[in-house]
This record gives sequence, structure tokens and C-alpha cells, in this order.
Amino acid sequence: MGIEEVVQPYRDRGIAQKLVEKIKEEAKTLDGEVRIMHVCGTHEDTITRSGIRSLLPENVKVVSGPGCPVCITPVEDIVAMQLIMRKARDEGEEIILTTFGDMYKIPTPVGSFADLKSEGFDVRVVYSIFDTYRMAKENPNKTVVHFSPGFETTTAPTAGMINAVVNEGLKNFKIYSVHRLTPQGVEVLIKQRSRIDALIDAGHVSTIIGVKGWEFLSEKYGIPQVVAGFEPNDVLMAILLLVRMYKEGDARVVNEYKRAVKYEGNVVAQRLIDKYFKVVDAKWRALGVFPGTGLELRGGWKELDIKNLYRVEVPKNLPDLEKGCLCGAVLRGLAMPTDCPHFGKTCTPRHPVGPCMVSYEGTCNIFYKYGVLF
Amino acid sequence: MCLATIAKVLEVNPEKGTAWVDFGGVKREARIDLMPDVKVGEYVLIHTGFIIERVDEKTAEEILHAWDEVFKAEKEAIGGYYYPGD
Repeated sequence: MGIEEVVQPYRDRGIAQKLVEKIKEEAKTLDGEVRIMHVCGTHEDTITRSGIRSLLPENVKVVSGPGCPVCITPVEDIVAMQLIMRKARDEGEEIILTTFGDMYKIPTPVGSFADLKSEGFDVRVVYSIFDTYRMAKENPNKTVVHFSPGFETTTAPTAGMINAVVNEGLKNFKIYSVHRLTPQGVEVLIKQRSRIDALIDAGHVSTIIGVKGWEFLSEKYGIPQVVAGFEPNDVLMAILLLVRMYKEGDARVVNEYKRAVKYEGNVVAQRLIDKYFKVVDAKWRALGVFPGTGLELRGGWKELDIKNLYRVEVPKNLPDLEKGCLCGAVLRGLAMPTDCPHFGKTCTPRHPVGPCMVSYEGTCNIFYKYGVLF
Repeated sequence: MCLATIAKVLEVNPEKGTAWVDFGGVKREARIDLMPDVKVGEYVLIHTGFIIERVDEKTAEEILHAWDEVFKAEKEAIGGYYYPGD
């Protein structure tokens, strides 16, 4: 059996229709409405691309949470990295900066990494931190820095690469960590009284942290959760299960995505992350400082993070967003992109006003791409 | 960012920490740091050039069979409790 055959039924229209019928049946006896939050840009893509919201009964709401690491990367860190590039040049050193394609274009009040490149700095888009490692080997006389955003799925490769770099003693490879923890971020939203009745857990974050990584949210806050895959029927199944669990007050974590997620997760990855990173308080752009949600390198590996090698003064009071941009409310699941006065008018993927329109994981970008306007 | 793609392992080079994988025609070198015991012929999930997990075809198949059963036996709804094989 090939992979296409495995995945195909998860896209099957007949199964989808049956699942939708079952959701409608369950929703009839629902007391009020249920607000289901997901925290993954790829889930938003599946939901919008497949038109899932339009199929659901009115009292079953699916809202998008802060599932876009690039969107929540603080302005201050992007600006600090730019200042480090400038300082290094002033001191006669050239840094090669790498980052992912969507991070490259994220706007700040003083410009993006793309703008920095247009000034003649060496900024390169990579698919993987492995590409950065290869560049470091090819350019032994230059410092090569990966500006490293991402949730656990992406933190794991960073930790894996750092492990290889440490073992080899490669000196010119650095990162700038802006990694964040997903379940802990959701917990802060819950504490801030965002209304989340049920949670669709991010599939590939769960591949790393396992089902167990989410359990404390059900235990502490009584929220039912389903770890879901990324095909339309995965998401529909998750919604069906969550409506049922919510009705019965059954707060636990069910794994719908068994083909890629184990209860204990990827233990090798967890060990590597824990070996190299410690948990710190961290800002989420447009959302504020979330205690215990950021990852920085531990003391012994501190010199691998470029921010510990160059001291720069980031201007105070940089605004997170342009006036009127609703990215913050969109990331909290309180607004839909279509509620924003900029959406589709002054703000498009070609000329994004806010970070949610830049990344392919940003809810605004996804809404725009699949023609929610029409 | 958390997008991951399925590929088949073609060749493993433990001393380099990499494996050659096939994304249905496109071949690339991927890191095995997070899944050091990966084997040739296995299907794996790749995120930003790193193998992050094996894709369990057998489980996927079992789940689909269970779904069929569920739709046949309406009353037992989604595996008696919530989910088949849970």
C-alpha cells in the first residue's frame, strides 16, 4: 500500500458527508454553542481550503488560535537581529543570515529581513536549518546565523542540528532562537479567559511532544482535545469527537492522528530539546509576554546564540502592528480576518500590513488565498 | 511552519547523520538526528529537512477499516467509545 492510497480515504467525499451529517445530528442536542480552537496554520489551511466552516451547523464554531510562529515572533527580535547584522558590519565582520521564506518578509516598523537584503546584507532564505549548517561549512571564515522561529516541530530540528554542531565543534554556526511552546501558549490564552471549549491539537507538534504533552490542559481546565491530522476528514472527525466529548463533559486527549503521533511522542527529539534549551518567559507579537513559553539555549551552549555575542539597543516602544490591524484578535480567535478593515483592501499578500497576511500559516493569508472574499 | 511531508527512505548514512529520501519523485538528503534508527524502505514524515517520525501505514489502514465498520454499525458510533483502537 502506497502513501497516496493511505491518505486518499481521508479526503474521500462520501466519508466527509457522513461525518458532516453526524456532526449536525450531535449539534441538535447541544446546549448553546461550542467554540473549538485549533492552533496550527496547517489546520487552518485544511479548514479553509476544504470549506469546512461552511458545512458546520451554526452552533459549532471553529476558530483559529495563535498557530503561526512567524506571526507571533516579536518585532523586537527581528529588529535586534537586523541591528546585529549592522553592528557586525561596522566591526568589519560579515554575517550570513538565513531564515525561512515567510519570516524573511515579516514587516516591522523598521523593515523586514527582505528590506535588509535590499540594502546589500547577505540574507538567504532556506528550507531547513540543515542548509544553514552546510553554508557554515562552505564559509568557514564567516559567521552563519539562522534566525530560528517555530513551535516544537521546528525546535526539534534546531536541537538536532545544534547537537551535530556541538559534536563536530563547528565554530561559525549560530542561531537566534525565537522558539515557542504551543500547549503552554494555549494555557496562557485560557488563563486570560479566551473562550476555548474544545481544542484541536496541532498534529506535527504532537508528533514531537506526544499526546501526553497536551494532557495537563484537560486535567487543569477541563478542556476536551483531539490530536488531528491534516486531511479534511481528519479535521471533521476531530470536530465530531470534540462536540461529543464537550456534551458529555469528557475532558481528555484523544489521538485521531495515530499514523504519525505516538502517546509518548518522539522521545529522542524531546531529549535533545531539553538538553539544549531552557524555558523562559517570552513575548508573543500582538499578544504580550507569556510566562514559560519561550526557549533559549542553556548556559553551556549560550555562545551558540548570536544574541549573546552582540549587545544591541533595540528602540523602545516599537508598535507590534500597524494602526487598525486586527492580527492580535485574529491570533486569539476573537476576530476573523474578514472583520479587519485592512483585509483584502490595504492588506494583501503582495502588500501585507500585518504578520498574519505574510505567512502561509497566517489566517489572513489563508483566507485571502482561498478567496473568502468572494 | 509545522508542515510535514511523507517520503520513503532510500538510503541511510549514519556516519553523516543523513538519509536520502524520495518525496514521490523528488529526492533529497534529510537529517536523521531525531530518528537515528530509521531504515531503508520505511515511510517517514519530514519537517524542514529532518525526519521527525515513521508513518505507520498499518495503523492508518486499521483506522480506515474501523471507520468503515463505524459507518456500517451506526449505533456504536465511532468505535463504541469515541475512536477506533483508542
